Amino acid sequence: MAPVDLRYTRDHEWVRVEGDVATIGITEYAAGQLGDIVFVELPEVGRTLERAAAFGVVESVKAVSDLFAPVSGRVVEANDALAGQPELVNGDPYGGGWMLRITLSEPSQLDELLDAAAYDALIAEG
Amino acid sequence: MPYGPHTMADRARMLATVGIDSVDELFADIPVALRASRLDLPEPEPELVLAARLESLAARNRVDLASFLGAGVYRHYSPAAVDQILLRGEWYTAYTPYQPEISQGTLQSIYEYESLIAELVALDVVSASHYDGAAATAEAALMTCRSTRRERVLVSRAVHRQYRETLATYFLGGELELDEIPVVADGPDAGTTDLAALERLLAEADRPVAGVIAGQPNFFGLLEPMAEIGRLAHATGALFVAVVEPVSLAVLAPPGAYGADIAAGEGQPLGIAPQYGGPFLGILACTDGLVRQIPGRLVGMTADLDGKRAYVMTMRAREQDIRREKAASNICTNQALLALAASVYLACIGPHGLRDVAALGAARAAELEAALAAAGAPRLHPGPYLNEFVVRVPDAPAVHRRLLERGILAGLVLAEAEPGDPALADGLLVCATEVTTAEEIDRFAAALADALADAPAVEPGARTAATAGAVR
Repeated sequence: MAPVDLRYTRDHEWVRVEGDVATIGITEYAAGQLGDIVFVELPEVGRTLERAAAFGVVESVKAVSDLFAPVSGRVVEANDALAGQPELVNGDPYGGGWMLRITLSEPSQLDELLDAAAYDALIAEG
Repeated sequence: MPYGPHTMADRARMLATVGIDSVDELFADIPVALRASRLDLPEPEPELVLAARLESLAARNRVDLASFLGAGVYRHYSPAAVDQILLRGEWYTAYTPYQPEISQGTLQSIYEYESLIAELVALDVVSASHYDGAAATAEAALMTCRSTRRERVLVSRAVHRQYRETLATYFLGGELELDEIPVVADGPDAGTTDLAALERLLAEADRPVAGVIAGQPNFFGLLEPMAEIGRLAHATGALFVAVVEPVSLAVLAPPGAYGADIAAGEGQPLGIAPQYGGPFLGILACTDGLVRQIPGRLVGMTADLDGKRAYVMTMRAREQDIRREKAASNICTNQALLALAASVYLACIGPHGLRDVAALGAARAAELEAALAAAGAPRLHPGPYLNEFVVRVPDAPAVHRRLLERGILAGLVLAEAEPGDPALADGLLVCATEVTTAEEIDRFAAALADALADAPAVEPGARTAATAGAVR
């Protein structure tokens, strides 16, 4: 089950909102589908992201997948711990496996994200 | 699923799926004149007749020449073991050994290639392998753009023209820009990369540079101030690519020692015959920080479940089969057999042997320089060289032709290789290696002296002012 305090995209990213800062990661389902993650490529701090644009790459032993920005904003922090411990994404996707913190440029975009129930329904569909 | 060619019905279904009427439509972008036409072959011949015909064709190769031609491809002695090992059928595939459990031999050979080249260039990561030095250089340029997220690359005009043309081809049609750094026209640094011009190009506002490319030795055989070029590049956040000749690395500082981020080069001098048009071997190496940007196979050594040594492909996700259009390169093949030749060559020759090869070539080149100068053809550039240099010969193209009639291949005619550069109009680019003999040098010098003595006197005013100025 997806944590109820987060919002989700159809591309399997999650968003946690605290004030005007959004923390972004990928869901447990996405991490499980990718398999053992060996590398996460993240943008540098200060970069501006447009919603739905690819901002990075997550690489597992069997696949490579783009990361898409769930909402628009400017990168204020990237999870440097993932450079040495990419397995955090598998082991703790909603905690230590977070990827980016961004300041929201269009907070209204949050309304278009899925809630936990809708996301669970999406992955139940397969 | 049957293993057979596509039936007409299969083809019709595929054409309908992509929405076209014939396969020819897929090739519409290729000018008709360039498309393959029907093979117009003569009737079959008996083997006896055919063998005789092939022999007469092969006899047209001039294997009798005393050759002083280098210009990116070099004659070296290759130990008999090199060709003998290449004859083994197990090696006859360039296909990637994706299944380590059945490919340990191939994987080990690639691992050894990468280890040997890494030692030679003093960089952390070597990929196996690329088509040739020009293709490897172009891949290096693209690496600098991906890594820095910048779109402009500077290449020294003293890098081989064919490499620069390959770079231009790779840069065609995209967002990327390629600018050339001029060479110094005269003075003690003539023929080397113009550092002042490089600084200006690097400083251009709003046009940040991803990478700077220079050759060591450069196309004219001269030694470049590599550490200084690298320092200027790094000062502006650009990466530095060294184009190297591998044998020279036994006696010259390796790219890793003067701060190059990437080394690219032609592997042909390592046990591969200077055959016309290849196949050759592209060497590409980089620092650990660029490991995800380097295209090509990387093989690592690890341990299997029983703790036994095992070799595996590693960092595969950079490659096309997984990363698709975001792969580190759109070329997914390699030159495994030629990389093996280089490995066997290096393993046979050894580090001391390679130093001997490079040093003997340099010694022969010094003898060649003295002999040609005495015959009336002094060097064009004053700076230091290793085993290749440019000499000034009045009416070089004609002299080159006359020497060929006497069995001497007098290097490369720069008026033909670099037609746009009046300073090179009288230049012959000549080289010597360990296989060059004193007798060949004597023959070259004597024939050259004869040719220059016989040459009709050049009338004043018959040459362009620029050319006359360059030879003074």
